[in-house]
This record gives sequence, C-alpha cells and structure tokens, in this order.
Amino acid sequence: MAVLLPHSLPEAFTMLEGAPGAQLLAGGTDFMVEVNAGRRRPSDVLCLGRVPELGGWRREDGHVVLGAGLTYTEMMDGELATLVPGLAQAARTVGSPQIRDAGTIGGNLGTASPAGDTLPLLAALDATVLVGHVAGTTRTLRFGDLMTGPKMTSLEEGEIILEVRLPAELGTQEFLKVGTRNAMVIAVASVAVVVDWAGRDVRVALGSAGPVVIRARQAEELVLSSIDWEGRRLAPGAGCLRDFVALVRAAAHPIDDHRSTAEYRLHAVGVCAERALRRALRSSDREEPAWSS
Amino acid sequence: MEQLSTDGALLSYSLRVNGREQAVHDALLGENLLYVLRERLGLRGSKNACEQGECGACSVIIDGRLECACTVLAAGAVGREIVTVEGLTPEGDGLSDLQEAFVAAGAVQCGFCTPGLIVSLHDLLTRSPDPSELEVREAISGNLCRCTGYGRILEAVKAAQEKGRP
Repeated sequence: MAVLLPHSLPEAFTMLEGAPGAQLLAGGTDFMVEVNAGRRRPSDVLCLGRVPELGGWRREDGHVVLGAGLTYTEMMDGELATLVPGLAQAARTVGSPQIRDAGTIGGNLGTASPAGDTLPLLAALDATVLVGHVAGTTRTLRFGDLMTGPKMTSLEEGEIILEVRLPAELGTQEFLKVGTRNAMVIAVASVAVVVDWAGRDVRVALGSAGPVVIRARQAEELVLSSIDWEGRRLAPGAGCLRDFVALVRAAAHPIDDHRSTAEYRLHAVGVCAERALRRALRSSDREEPAWSS
Repeated sequence: MEQLSTDGALLSYSLRVNGREQAVHDALLGENLLYVLRERLGLRGSKNACEQGECGACSVIIDGRLECACTVLAAGAVGREIVTVEGLTPEGDGLSDLQEAFVAAGAVQCGFCTPGLIVSLHDLLTRSPDPSELEVREAISGNLCRCTGYGRILEAVKAAQEKGRP
C-alpha cells in the first residue's frame, strides 16, 4: 500500500505500471467522500495533482485542448470562458468555490456520474478524450464511447485521462441545471444546447436523465428541419416547440432516486431544453425574440 | 520518485502547515486532511460536520486554492503549502481585521461555521479586495451557517472591506 506522488507524466505511468489497479486521484471531491463514508478503502493511490503535463489548456487548430487536471475554477473565467462559454456556465454550477478549486475535468470524466456537470456540454460539443496507457500508447475516444454507464467508463487498467479536446467558439451554447438551490447542488436534471450557426448544426444533451449523458438526436433533427438559419429562428408553424420538448422527453430515461423522481426529471429536462433553445436563438444578432411558434 | 509506502498498514510523512513542517506518524492511508489537522496535529480550528465537502466548515487554503480539508487525501498533500484558520491570525492571540469585524457585527452565533467562513472570505478578499455583495455571496455559497441568516456576516465583510480601504 502506497501513496504515489509523481511529478511528471512519465513518472506517473512508471508508478502506475508498478502498482496496477492503483486508484487515480485528481481533485478528490468524489473519491474522498466515498473513503470518508467507509464505502471505499484505498490501497494504492496515484495522486495526479503534481503532474504538470495534465494542467492548463491551449488552443490548437480551432479547438481548445484542456489538460485533465484543469479545475472548474479555471474553466469559469478569462479567455477559456469566451472560447467555450457553455463549459464556463456548467463549471460555475459545480458545488461551491471549494469544490471548483479542487475538482477537475478529468475527474468529472473519470467518475462518469450521469450528474457530472460538464458532461452534457462535452456530449453536445462532440468532445474527444485523449487517454494514455502505461505501455506508452495513446488512444482518442469520443465522449459517447468513454461513458458507458452510471459511474462506468471504457477506460482500461493502466490508462490515464490526459486531455479533452473541444471546438473553440462553436456557435451559441447554453447550459441549464435544476437542483434544490443554486449552490452546492448535484444536478437533478441538466441540459446543454448548442446552436452552431456556421456549421448549421444543433445539439441537445441531457444530464441526470438516464444511465449516461444522452444526446436527444430526434429533438436535434426536428430543430434542424424547422430552423430558418438566415432569419435565425424556427420556421413558422404551430407545435414545433411542443414537439421539440416531447422528443427531448422521449430521449430521457430517468429513474427515481434519493434526489428526485423520474416524473419530475422528465418534466425538468423538457422545461430546461425549451428554455435553453429559446435563449440560444434569442442571443443571436436579432434584437426581437426569434420565436415564431 | 516520490512515494509514501506503508509500514504495516501505517504511513508517516510530514505536512507544511501555516509555514511549519509538521510530522505525521503512523497514519492510515485513507485519512483526510481534516482528520490529520484536528486529531494528529492538534489544529482544531477547522471543523468537522459533513465529511463530504458540503458544509465548508473545514475550509483551508492549499497552494492558493480554497478547498475542503475533508475531501483532501492528507498524504497526498505532502509538499503543499497548507494554510488553516490558525494561520490567518496575526502574532499571538490577535484577530485579523475580518475576525474583528465578525465579532463587532455579531456575525458569530454558535460559532461552528465561523472558521470556515473566515478562511473563505480571507481567500476572497486576498483575490478581490473590494468585492460586490454578489461576489461575497457566491464566495461563501459553500459555507453553511444555520444561525445568522448570513445578514450579519455580509455586514462584517462590508465593514472589513471599508476598513481595508486606504
């Protein structure tokens, strides 16, 4: 049993090779809660907080590449918040300043909770995740292939999440989350909507609404088929919005648990998706609300 | 390569707390920083209520970041600069301006949340000496107080802010 404190990525992999199955520890905001409650009893722990290669972020070919160790606080402000505004919105809803200073995007991915606050945005932006292996190889996974179930991922033993790659300045991004209050709340339901004006694409992703973060593909297609890209609004026609909400709800598979009920979550994802879409359309260049149905 | 190996099931290491290296002997691997501060190093200013990062009563500053000590693996904090509420007080038993303002405004009732609030607000005022009320509210959104209703805490911050101005 050991606490491993690597100071570089090669060191981290060497240590992981020597302690297969070691618990990877980023900000600790999920893992330590489990340990404190006696639900987890760590043996080997690999602390990733000192690995400089996992910190920071950079621009690259119209994308931003986030180090797995980037904290929520670091996503909230500055240039990154203008390049990926939806991620900044989502990060600001995480826990409290204390949690946001500790928790990381790599940790959010590794924990893979359906309530992970950054995950709907990552799903909506078709994020890719770079993963390294002790053997020296790397592979790139689409977000949807990484998260396989509630708190389950396709990561294999000996792998470490290295980077998350997202498009920079992609359209209008909205993130909405429902909980019992504004701070310190785990999502009862959350929705990310991205309207990509240049690429003429619409993405809708739902959190806390099923075993994994869900893309509401049919709802996306409905908006695509009825959006007026030049006028930046939905084409006239009664019922489009109602159908959109119905398709969002049809995509969700929520459960009853200690935090809420399936019925309420279905209601909430519909309301949030409608509101997020309205906001995304309204925040275009038009001054008038761009709503016609 | 830096690593802490157990001797039997126990670990020994040292932590840098409030500018001093402090030895921790025969600790369990999974102990959180709050437990080690309180029970092994005798620093009982940081309070233990929830052990899940929800209440903020154990707020400390680690390498300039505000964190809940209860969700920090103590052995993982080796080499970090840890500042607890005890480290914010000037020489001897004096109080900081913010602590004085808490006392003067009656922002302390049962007092359990006070150390955590002082650390969070110290962190805020260090980064942003003249915050808006909204910034103050957001900064303490992770610190639960069930006595004051927060009104007097906000008054205390305002008073400390005004005193801090040239």
